Amino acid sequence: MERFQRLDAVAVPIARPNVDTDQITPARFLHKPRSDDHGNYLFHDVRRRPDGTPDPGFVMNRPEYAGAQVIVAERNFACGSSRENAVWALYDHGFRAAIAPSFGDIFAANGLKNGLLPVRLPEDVVAGLIAALEAEPGARVQVDLEAQTVTLPDGSVHPFEIDPFSRHCLLNGVDELDYTGTLAPQIDAFMNRYGRENR
Amino acid sequence: MSEAPTPRTMLEKIWSRHRIVEREDGQVLLFVDRHLVHDGTAPAFAALHRRGLAPRAPERITATPDHYVPTDHRDIAAIADPERRFMVESLVRDTARHGITMFGLTDRRQGIVHVIGPEEGLSQPGMIIVCADSHTSTHGAVGALAFGVGMTETTHVLAHQALWQRRPRTMRITVDGALGPGVVAKDVILAIIARIGTAGATGHVVEYAGGAIRGLSMEGRLTLCNMSIEAGARAGMVAPDDTTHAYLHGRPHAPQGADWEAALARWRALPSDADAVFDAEVRLDGAAIEPMVTWGTSPEDALPIGGVVPDPAGAADADRRAAMERALAYMGLTPGTRLAEIPVDRVFIGSCTNGRIEDLRAAAAIARGRTVAPQVEAWVVPGSGLVKEQAEAEGLDRVFRAAGFQWREAGCSMCLGTNGEIASPGQRCASTSNRNFVGRQGPGARTHLMGPAMAAAAAVTGRLCDVRRLAAGG
Repeated sequence: MERFQRLDAVAVPIARPNVDTDQITPARFLHKPRSDDHGNYLFHDVRRRPDGTPDPGFVMNRPEYAGAQVIVAERNFACGSSRENAVWALYDHGFRAAIAPSFGDIFAANGLKNGLLPVRLPEDVVAGLIAALEAEPGARVQVDLEAQTVTLPDGSVHPFEIDPFSRHCLLNGVDELDYTGTLAPQIDAFMNRYGRENR
Repeated sequence: MSEAPTPRTMLEKIWSRHRIVEREDGQVLLFVDRHLVHDGTAPAFAALHRRGLAPRAPERITATPDHYVPTDHRDIAAIADPERRFMVESLVRDTARHGITMFGLTDRRQGIVHVIGPEEGLSQPGMIIVCADSHTSTHGAVGALAFGVGMTETTHVLAHQALWQRRPRTMRITVDGALGPGVVAKDVILAIIARIGTAGATGHVVEYAGGAIRGLSMEGRLTLCNMSIEAGARAGMVAPDDTTHAYLHGRPHAPQGADWEAALARWRALPSDADAVFDAEVRLDGAAIEPMVTWGTSPEDALPIGGVVPDPAGAADADRRAAMERALAYMGLTPGTRLAEIPVDRVFIGSCTNGRIEDLRAAAAIARGRTVAPQVEAWVVPGSGLVKEQAEAEGLDRVFRAAGFQWREAGCSMCLGTNGEIASPGQRCASTSNRNFVGRQGPGARTHLMGPAMAAAAAVTGRLCDVRRLAAGG
């Protein structure tokens, strides 16, 4: 996993609640191999008109938001399906952080394991941020994982919470799989006992 | 004198029994009893193999292809799209390589992974069950903690048969009283989601309780728990009782003989203690629930069938008004239209929500002696090969075919269309599945969620319809 420490980047506002993972990656792209650029599938059916050309009405298509690495949305962002493809699509498109008042649980877990940091901020702060980003397209935000703060375009600084271990993994670019491997003796011992007790 | 033990919820009991180690930050490494695997799991096996690893406990994994399989034939080689065929072939190859039990496409036990788990007795009370699919919440109906995970977590479970989790909060949703005639589990869960919203249970494990829940069959409880994720819940569960025990008894992977008695003793200790405290409580009156349909593009957009398409002007706030306007534009609906007047083009009866034998019986009871409306294309897709076999033994296939329904093979099919079975842009589908999201059943397709008898009623009348009217002979 790529390390995540600090980010200073353009943020794009998605001024909608309950954006589901079917919107982020439509199901007909789920069989695409991880080696594909899943950024091409990101918001596939809302970014484009039926003839396949970019829809200028969709916020991400505005030139001021080009190169955005932070996506900001209203509550319950990325709810629904467990498809990790939703994280891959955002990540491959260049996003490294998502800011919302709340996330689908599975999406948030998937993001932490793929270098896409989910940042929960209070609903009124997010509403203000979305309004600011719409008023001044191309405005930047800073996300500091070490300090666990987000700095908004108006200079205000907001703390956020994250599981310490997930933070450690992101800061150092390591993943859980290897760490858990060091606990193999404990897993063995548990399984032996559990197997005896649950025939 | 020792103090009385602290009362515990069922979640707490299951959680503590599966704790391998706890980290300083409070996350727990949980042992996973059962890992269910489907044909979308190829990336997890690939990630495992890249690290030179093999599954830690292949005997605890069961596989079946469901997402990418066709429902008009059973020949992998005949899957036209090479990338989709690759997904199904990968599952065959990966499971063979590691000695994992697999119900392949021509095995009568093949089906939707959330149908076969309970059906085979693989899903048992007190277990922790995971699968790379959000509808894994289904298995909580037997009194298990079952939840969906992403591909990286799937790789982790393959490698270690365990998963890091922080204990979710608990929510009890109590549905008191008795359900009215024609009201089924699907109506209960749609009414719950309409009440608490799609994020109403985010971060929680829901335990469903109360007289109306106790009165549900196992199939009904599976439908209920299946859509817990549509309320944002990590998992849904129902305490095991005699209904659960009777359902599981004698199933192929259920404990047998002396083991069955030992298991029963464990299972009887699982229900939440009488004075256990939940982090949140929600209460509904079962008698007040009516047959439900969705009108919008979120499962929370559900109303009794007797209602009308709501007017965004009446929304509580500007956000909600904008969301309703977008939903109505996508759905091609006008405020004030009676829901029971909305015509449909397609009907889909099936999915991990409503593809079980009881669902097919309820739909067939409405289809019997009637004919699918001329402009409607109606499909019945059994949840598993065994459900299909049972339905055929009862003659339900003949009822459906005689009425003009297509009778198909088991798979996820039109619930999400990963196998290519989708509705056309603008088509309106009465569906027993779980999500009415924009584009869920195909780009531009419009989904109305409802129970199986309601879907059958929509097929034969050509429009959304109060099933109680047909059941009464109207």
